[in-house]
Amino acid sequence: MDVSQYLEIFLDETKEHLQNLNTQILELEQDSENMDTINEIFRAAHSLKGMAGTMGYKRMQALTHDMENVFSEVRNGNLKVNAEMIDTVFQCLDALDEYLTNIQTTADEGTNDNEPIIKKLTDILNGGKEEKASEPAKEEKVSADENTDEQKWLQIKLDGTDCHVIKEAEKQGKNVYGLTVKIQESCLLKAARAFLVYKAVEELGEIIISSPSAQDIEDEKFDFDFSLVVISEADIEKVKKAVMGVSEVESVIADKLDMSLMDTEEEAAAQSDAGTAGNADVADTTAVAIQEVSADRAVETKATAQEKKQQVAKPVVNRTVRVDIEKLDVLMNLVSELIIAKNSLVAASSSTQEKATTGMGFNEQIEYLGSVTTNLHESVMKVRMVPIESVVNKFPRMIRDLSKKLNKKMELYMSGEETELDRTVVDEIGDPLMHLLRNAADHGLESAEVRAQRGKPAVGSIWLDAYQDGNNVVIEVRDDGNGIDTKAVKAKAIERGTITPEQGESMSEKEIMDLLFLPSFSTAKQVSDVSGRGVGLDVVRSKIESLSGEVEVRSKLGEGSTWIIRLPLTLAIIQALMVVVGGEKYAISLGSIQTIEDVSPDEIKLVQNKEVIHLRGNVIPIVRLANVLETESAKNEDENMVVVIAKKGDRLAGLVVDELLGQQEIVIKSMGKYIDNKCKIISGATILGDGEVALILDANTLI
Amino acid sequence: MEELKTVGDTTQFIVIRLGAEQYGIDIKYIDNIVRMQHITRVPKVDAFLKGVINLRGEVIPVMSIRLKMDLPADEYTKSTRIIILKLEQHGTVGIIVDEVKEVVTLENDQVEKMAYDKEEVNFISGIGKYEGGLISLLDLNIVLQERENV
Repeated sequence: MDVSQYLEIFLDETKEHLQNLNTQILELEQDSENMDTINEIFRAAHSLKGMAGTMGYKRMQALTHDMENVFSEVRNGNLKVNAEMIDTVFQCLDALDEYLTNIQTTADEGTNDNEPIIKKLTDILNGGKEEKASEPAKEEKVSADENTDEQKWLQIKLDGTDCHVIKEAEKQGKNVYGLTVKIQESCLLKAARAFLVYKAVEELGEIIISSPSAQDIEDEKFDFDFSLVVISEADIEKVKKAVMGVSEVESVIADKLDMSLMDTEEEAAAQSDAGTAGNADVADTTAVAIQEVSADRAVETKATAQEKKQQVAKPVVNRTVRVDIEKLDVLMNLVSELIIAKNSLVAASSSTQEKATTGMGFNEQIEYLGSVTTNLHESVMKVRMVPIESVVNKFPRMIRDLSKKLNKKMELYMSGEETELDRTVVDEIGDPLMHLLRNAADHGLESAEVRAQRGKPAVGSIWLDAYQDGNNVVIEVRDDGNGIDTKAVKAKAIERGTITPEQGESMSEKEIMDLLFLPSFSTAKQVSDVSGRGVGLDVVRSKIESLSGEVEVRSKLGEGSTWIIRLPLTLAIIQALMVVVGGEKYAISLGSIQTIEDVSPDEIKLVQNKEVIHLRGNVIPIVRLANVLETESAKNEDENMVVVIAKKGDRLAGLVVDELLGQQEIVIKSMGKYIDNKCKIISGATILGDGEVALILDANTLI
Repeated sequence: MEELKTVGDTTQFIVIRLGAEQYGIDIKYIDNIVRMQHITRVPKVDAFLKGVINLRGEVIPVMSIRLKMDLPADEYTKSTRIIILKLEQHGTVGIIVDEVKEVVTLENDQVEKMAYDKEEVNFISGIGKYEGGLISLLDLNIVLQERENV
């Protein structure tokens, strides 16, 4: 069996579990007694371990195993949750995340054993118990939780004589033990080690049966563990010690043999003899049988996984989107409608000769086709949409860490995590958001003393709000901290030579704040580990602009600042207004258009030698597109002008065009590597119905 | 087997005409040759970038190799063609040529390398001798380079 096909699912689910763990542990930190949370953590850790094991990621499995042990103790009330433990567990989650990243890129977990973390976990485990002696007890509990996964001797099939021997031995007061020995995987001569184990055990008692058989063990036909049933007069600890005495033995699990749990041929006899367990045994036996099958399969999977890994370095995993089945149903319906529409068109075209007089059928069908394709587009878009939850979920954890690191008390409030965005956007938006949050925590929020002086609550607040606004999704990062000191920004800009003092005089607050987005501009007086290396906001802006979005900041000194990110819902297909300028067709995204006005030339006024119009209380600068696009307007000077009012944030501009062609859905195409980005005002191209290429105007750059 | 051997020592060129001169373009860079069609002008770019065309649903930039090489501007005729080039560094680009003549196979000893001249921009990587005529072999990476880098 090849597990590589499950890699994607594994990655997806592991991420989910890790995220879940992060959230739950944050909760646990707040309320360390909550049993529900602890159980949830335990379950997540357990599934994580199981999945890692199935996929053959040994190191990951080992780490989660130890983590699970800690929570198992917490669950049983033997350990109390404390700050140190939470920190260690968080480290552990980070380490797991690292494994996951490795797996994602190379299909291999890497070679980091994370021993310090494992040691810390064991320390925590041991700290919770008085004596080391209770260790086996823990082992037992864990193995019991795992449905006796480890006690493989239970899978041994006993035949009639074996049963008889065991019963005889019990009558004589001898002990019967089940024993599962695991040999280190690095061991080269497994059979030899197994032989030594045999010998050690036989010194203390008699081996009545083994699995795999003695012959198979001798031929090395076993994985890294084997199980024995032993009759001995010595006590169990002595037997274990003897086996552990053999070198390269990783672990020994031993317990008194409970006949009721065994699979015997003489089931009926065994049941009546065992006596104590009664009817429940039947159920038990079948349960064991099922386990046996699944356990075998797990071993097999593991083995093949290893082989596979050695054979090929697996290619990187594709990016996937999990899609709600309902969305797919809608898609399917639309596609069937599309086929019907096509068929109707075919029918309409063949019958045109007859209906040539009316021509009705054709137009109707085209309208129908139009509505179906629009719906289809919307549905496909929806399929590509994922909630931003997956990105923002990691932020509470980050703020907690920052809070500790910066020694500031702060709280993150999030809303609108369910807001959906295109998958490509969601993947890219994490870093800029993280940067803004760090900024808010580091530079925005004041220290506790300053906050007290200003009469603000001791705990600083940071908000992350996401919501949909028309064709855009808006994400706001807000804090109740210091706000932006425009004077300091201005002074810095002048010091850096970015602006001259004269320029500084005439700049508005808003313009000054925009300076923050220039490359290498950081107002932090001290460079800290968290932020302030001057490689921040310009990267944030360029990233967001590369996603066709925009970012702006509003701030009031002493009260806090708000960073507003606006992103388009989708990237590939947009609604656009087609216009003609100087005989050429251009598209303007409908998202950036507010209104369209008919303006007579004498309404144009000059302010500071720039053309503006006065429209419903707003003074709007006029941009003559013919000039900007280096072409000649086909209209006379004295004719009324068609002005498209475009908006960017709350700024407006009037774009003068020759003619309007109407609204159209356009598919955005790149103009090709050679010409892309050479012309700032063009954001791309599209192909029109007649095969002609029309350029898409980026109205944002004109405002 | 003999054929395979010779392939290693030869290069195939497409011979094009610009004005009166003949130029050769290494066939391995050529993706397609299309007839002259409507080019959508892109504002605010260098003059030699004529605009973009639609090639089966893809938008592809087109440049005038004449303007790039400081020759007189193109005159579009019936034989004008756009050669679509595919280069690692520049992506897909179309260049306008006056005429596409033929495909020639040159053996390596038929090609004379050009001496490197620091003073002048040189679009030619070598001269090919073929049936008595001379073909200037275009160095596409230099032809496509941005002006300021040349």
